[in-house]
Amino acid sequence: MSELPLLSLVIWGPILIGLGVLFVGDENPTGARRLALVGSALTFVLSIPLYTAFDASTADMQFQELLPWISTFNVNYHLGIDGFSMPLILLTSFMTVVVVIAGWEVIQTRVSQYMAAFLIMEGLMIGVFAALDAVLFYVFFEGMLIPMFLIIGIWGGPRRVYATIKFFLYTFMGSVFMLVALLYLYSGADSFSILAYHDLPLTLREQTLLFLAFLLGFAVKVPMWPVHTWLPDAHVEAPTGGSVILAAITLKIGGYGFVRFALPITPDASAALDWLVISLSLIAVVYIGLVALVQQDLKKLIAYSSIAHMGFVTLGFFVVFSIQRHTGGLQGAAMGIEGGMVQMISHGFISGALFLCVGVLYDRMHTREIKAYGGVVNTMPIFAAFMVLFAMANAGLPGTSGFIGEFMVILSSFKASFWIAFLAAFTLILGAAYSLWMVKRVVFGEVANEGVAKLEDINRREFAMLGVLAIVVVLFGVWPDPLVSVMHTSVDNLVQHISVSKL
Amino acid sequence: MDFQVPDFSLVLPELFLLGMACLLLLVDVFIDDAHRRVSFRIAQGTLLGTALLTYMQMGGPEQIGFSGTFVRDDMGSVLKIAVLLATATGFLYARDYLRDRNLFRGEYYVLGLFAVLGMMVMVSAGSLLTIYLGLELLSLCLYALVAFDRESGTSAESAMKYFVLGALASGMLLYGISMIYGATGSIDLETIRAAIGERDAGNLVLVFGLVFLVVGVAFKLGAVPFHMWIPDVYQGAPTSVTLFVGSAPKLAAFALAMRLLVDGLENLQADWQQMLIVLSVLSMGLGNLLAIAQTNIKRMLAYSTIANVGFLLLGLLAGTPEGYAAAMFYTITYVIMVCGAFGVVIYLSQAGIEADSLDDFKGLNKRNPWLAVLMLLVMFSTAGIPPLVGFYAKLAVLKAIIDVGLVWLAVAAVVFSIIGAFYYLRIVKLMYFDDPTSDAEIEGSLDTRVVLSANGLAVAVLGILPGWLLGICAAAIG
Repeated sequence: MSELPLLSLVIWGPILIGLGVLFVGDENPTGARRLALVGSALTFVLSIPLYTAFDASTADMQFQELLPWISTFNVNYHLGIDGFSMPLILLTSFMTVVVVIAGWEVIQTRVSQYMAAFLIMEGLMIGVFAALDAVLFYVFFEGMLIPMFLIIGIWGGPRRVYATIKFFLYTFMGSVFMLVALLYLYSGADSFSILAYHDLPLTLREQTLLFLAFLLGFAVKVPMWPVHTWLPDAHVEAPTGGSVILAAITLKIGGYGFVRFALPITPDASAALDWLVISLSLIAVVYIGLVALVQQDLKKLIAYSSIAHMGFVTLGFFVVFSIQRHTGGLQGAAMGIEGGMVQMISHGFISGALFLCVGVLYDRMHTREIKAYGGVVNTMPIFAAFMVLFAMANAGLPGTSGFIGEFMVILSSFKASFWIAFLAAFTLILGAAYSLWMVKRVVFGEVANEGVAKLEDINRREFAMLGVLAIVVVLFGVWPDPLVSVMHTSVDNLVQHISVSKL
Repeated sequence: MDFQVPDFSLVLPELFLLGMACLLLLVDVFIDDAHRRVSFRIAQGTLLGTALLTYMQMGGPEQIGFSGTFVRDDMGSVLKIAVLLATATGFLYARDYLRDRNLFRGEYYVLGLFAVLGMMVMVSAGSLLTIYLGLELLSLCLYALVAFDRESGTSAESAMKYFVLGALASGMLLYGISMIYGATGSIDLETIRAAIGERDAGNLVLVFGLVFLVVGVAFKLGAVPFHMWIPDVYQGAPTSVTLFVGSAPKLAAFALAMRLLVDGLENLQADWQQMLIVLSVLSMGLGNLLAIAQTNIKRMLAYSTIANVGFLLLGLLAGTPEGYAAAMFYTITYVIMVCGAFGVVIYLSQAGIEADSLDDFKGLNKRNPWLAVLMLLVMFSTAGIPPLVGFYAKLAVLKAIIDVGLVWLAVAAVVFSIIGAFYYLRIVKLMYFDDPTSDAEIEGSLDTRVVLSANGLAVAVLGILPGWLLGICAAAIG
């Protein structure tokens, strides 16, 4: 597989096709839609060999590409993937196809700009996962803000300007400190290679400051309590497609940042400050779970539930050190990180699907108020079946992918401390409470009003996109092995790496 | 001192420019308003010709001529070419604007060319005298240009303000020069450098002179607290002149700083580093904060200039060749962005309408999507968002100061750049998220459109492949 620069293709392909879509122009919306669909589908097809030809037995970077880029600063165009990034790239290319289909009829204004923004966004997000050079990573990481800023601002709801500027400034604030950290690492390693940073010896003081900079950058992205407030606003105001991409992928970039940067570069600081991340994660799980319970707005509810679920991811990543201290060994540690990764992928599908469900309802009723619905099952039985399935998956029902990650994280946190596991297990109760209560109020019961009575069930396009997601959610729920096995070696390698002190 | 016939080939571009400017002065007398285009073409031809001559001179070791008063090196050549191209771009953008406002006169180009000559002399200065000569030639032309619209009261007012403050700054610089001369016995930068090398760095007379020199440089760059002229001049001057004042002279001011502080007084680096840190932090802070409060785009860009000068100073104060190269890269890319931003403002200003209020940008994406894209690129680039060139400029200067251990300063700089991002985003917000208030057709001639597009795209292309220009800057500093 070494002949084709696959990673470059899946990064630049969508970006170039996106620019092409821009030139098709808004006068020809059908053409723009078709080109966008072809582009995203092609990218997805191209990304499949990344999975099939992936060698799961090694933790080394695969599909590497290395070219000099800015020789003055020793910056290289260095791409490569391992067990952490590969599943996320597939998630990205898959969800983009779904988003293009989701926007097919809904978006009627400036269609070509909309489709182009998502395709460019796709390329940049894949770039983030594939970059092995810190500057390259940062370029993709920040460049992503531009299309997302426009997506929320142009096609969003009534408070879109406030939401999008808040989103931009929050993320920008976090990431500039990360930039300073990366530049500081350069002055030590004399290179921007992320892999070189992994082996760079650092004092505890340096590590602590670097860790805090990374934490700020990635915590905003995840988002962790208390820097999460941009997310509900951004989600509520964003168009459906924007919400899907935000929830399914950009949040994962925060989690990915922890396993690629914070943990391996500053292991001792991570160990010293793991209480901080664990506390913030538990606050997200418990407190944000309670906040989700009282939401009146469907999108806000899912947004808060996303924060709670992402709290699980960060918990899984940082519980490792506690296990090591508690048991003196590393058994179970890998399970925490693996659980976090599975949770990220699974949450990508589930939250994306839930936002699509809200989008389906919103397109018909033009409201996201839970109160405005009731008895949707009477008029939209097929849709109701999907919505119930995704809500169950969100609550972590066994047999859906949502269960696997949560279970693994809770299991490993038991090894660390009973109380961490106890609080983490709250999510099962709270998740079930807010998901099912939402379903009860929206889907079941008597037909609430005339609007609901007039609803038409989902069409073939909507059925296709929800159907595919449903299959994936159930498939990974009953057979997670294809997902877990590819990341296993990389996770073990990371656990080994962070258990060795850099001091 | 023996009299030697100087090597005139060193100053060939300058001589050509001088000759052509005089020729333009003559020709312009004999053509009527209907053929004013000829003056424009001569001016453009002169600028491009001079750029070509400068390019041909490039390469090879440093050459010193005219008894040490003139230096030709690669840094100078690169900066001169940038000055010439920026001026030519500015002239092109300005043509229709000037014609619509009945300002399309030969004097505009004569003054412009002499200003460029002043900048070139400054860039190549080998002694304090040449520096002062070039600076005054530049400043006098700029004062006149700012007041070029005789009927406008604000224009005259801002020119007056500029003149008074500028004269004060020149006086300061001259006072500083006299002290340096007193302490070292020479106005030749090479000699001064050698003389200071032997002495104690804390010499009070030297440091005192240095303070005045730094004041002069800070005034020309527009660093806080010597920035007061910038907002008024930017707002008061005709937009085409604002573009000129805001672009090429920044390159010359950078060269001024390099010649004085680095070539001449590098051994006092410990002293001027402290001063520049203060100037830099104040400029970034004040510039970014005040830009938020502006409703006039020219004034907003003026404060943005101040903030960017703060960033540029970061590279200089690092005191390493990498830092100087970073500052040079910063200046050149900043000038590209300024040309783009003011180019769009000028393009939007149609006959009888000044598009200098932020509201004039409302809904630009609906009125003219391409223009909106160009402005979007420039704004995100100035905010320092990758993959646009402004990001690499910030990256380079931040890297330079982190390498010398000033991490706290880098943190302060990024905090200010977050504040700064807001007002650039606001322009994008107005263009993309708001509805247009007017649907008047936006017209412009083909050549302006092409160059403006190239200008905007340069921001993106240099962002994807910044290595080329970074390499040139690094090689030029040597």
